[in-house]
Amino acid sequence: MNPIGPSEARFWPQGTVYGALLNFQQEWNLRANQMADAPYKGAPKAPVLFIKTANTFTPSGGLISVPSAVAEVDIGANLAWVLGADAKPMACVLVNDVSIPHESYYRPPVKFKCVDGFLGVGTKARHIQQVITDAVVLTVKVNGREVQRVNYAGTVRKSQTLLADISEFMTFQEGDVLLLGSDCLADGKRPRAKPGDVVEISADGFETLVNLFSGEAA
Amino acid sequence: MKHARIAWAGAIHEAVESDGELLLTRSPWVGKRLKFDEVVWLPPVAPAPQARTILALGLNYADHAKELAFKAPEEPLVFVKGEASLIGHKALTRRPKGVTYMHYECELAVVIGRTAKHVKKENAYEHVGGYTVANDYAIRDYLENWYRPNFRVKNRDTCTPIGPWLVDAKDIHDAYGSPMNLSLQTTVNGKVTQSGHTRDMIFDIPTLIEYFSAFMTLQPGDLILTGTPDGVVNCEVGDVIVTSIEGVGDLINTLGD
Repeated sequence: MNPIGPSEARFWPQGTVYGALLNFQQEWNLRANQMADAPYKGAPKAPVLFIKTANTFTPSGGLISVPSAVAEVDIGANLAWVLGADAKPMACVLVNDVSIPHESYYRPPVKFKCVDGFLGVGTKARHIQQVITDAVVLTVKVNGREVQRVNYAGTVRKSQTLLADISEFMTFQEGDVLLLGSDCLADGKRPRAKPGDVVEISADGFETLVNLFSGEAA
Repeated sequence: MKHARIAWAGAIHEAVESDGELLLTRSPWVGKRLKFDEVVWLPPVAPAPQARTILALGLNYADHAKELAFKAPEEPLVFVKGEASLIGHKALTRRPKGVTYMHYECELAVVIGRTAKHVKKENAYEHVGGYTVANDYAIRDYLENWYRPNFRVKNRDTCTPIGPWLVDAKDIHDAYGSPMNLSLQTTVNGKVTQSGHTRDMIFDIPTLIEYFSAFMTLQPGDLILTGTPDGVVNCEVGDVIVTSIEGVGDLINTLGD
């Protein structure tokens, strides 16, 4: 199996897609003074992880539907690693980890993050040797206007440390994907998208990930 | 019919239970009979074309919720597991050195048979392909209150034995009326440590399918592990844990290091 698919074809996740929460120093710092309080009762020790299930995958260019119960959704711009057979990173891809905004990180975020269509997936994966992961800067635009820059120099766990700390208790399989983290804005929130918005996530050398957000089909 | 996936004679095969033996169902060994102890048992679900969604319930039995000092949840408490945590019947699960509290969780696992999107309770069983037994181990030493239960507790390699059989949904419905009418039991080294009944689930299977399919489309082969009743105890290396569900199967697992 080629975990990133045929080289000419568009990238599509072949395995399980994992993501890391709280992996940017800015968000960590904003929440640090609540970490000792209930319900958390302490800062996280191991990486805090979630899974984006297969029903969430939406190709670049595809529509992402905003559920009618919410006005807008969080944009989670991420650089992601695609893992090879040796559980080492072999490619990088841009993804948009869309979420229903949620303040509490106490319970698993399935109903916020595993909604149909809630993972925009970049068209092309780049070979790991073409990318300096911890120096990548993502630009997020909504309707053509820049709303966020995400610099992977600002992560809590640098990419190899994150991989090592997760690998202590689980082994990545060929084709699995690891989202390396999405940052918040200065106010602790993430950029938002509402029906009708076009969201672009770009980085030097990557094909831009573009998704149109729509209202929920009746 | 009870279906199994096994490794035998250098390859993977599909088989069904027949008169206390495994009957291979595919060429080149169609019709071949094997004893249960002649094969390696694999998780009884066929490989999925894309990442399998494995949903698991926490605190879905009132007594277990009480045991863990929580009030019963008002909506399903669900987490997701990766496929790599699954192993088959009669396999070895790794108990890390130095941990103090690792416990089994005997759970009825629902295997989706037909794509489920916006399914109503009254139609939910039409989307179930079958049932199997899962043992959703947890290591409480690693519990943290961030997306709890966190992955270090619940998504460990080898820590989700599943099987031995995928039992056709029809068989369970015909024999028991519904999967909400089955007794569960766990033994550790032959001693009963956990017993319960699927009728005591807080959110029953039709409710769970309606709840999940309202926001996430489930595909054939996806799994819902429906939670565990009261009676979890710490287990040590060498312990043999048998999680059993009436009509579905007896799933044997041993802890190793």
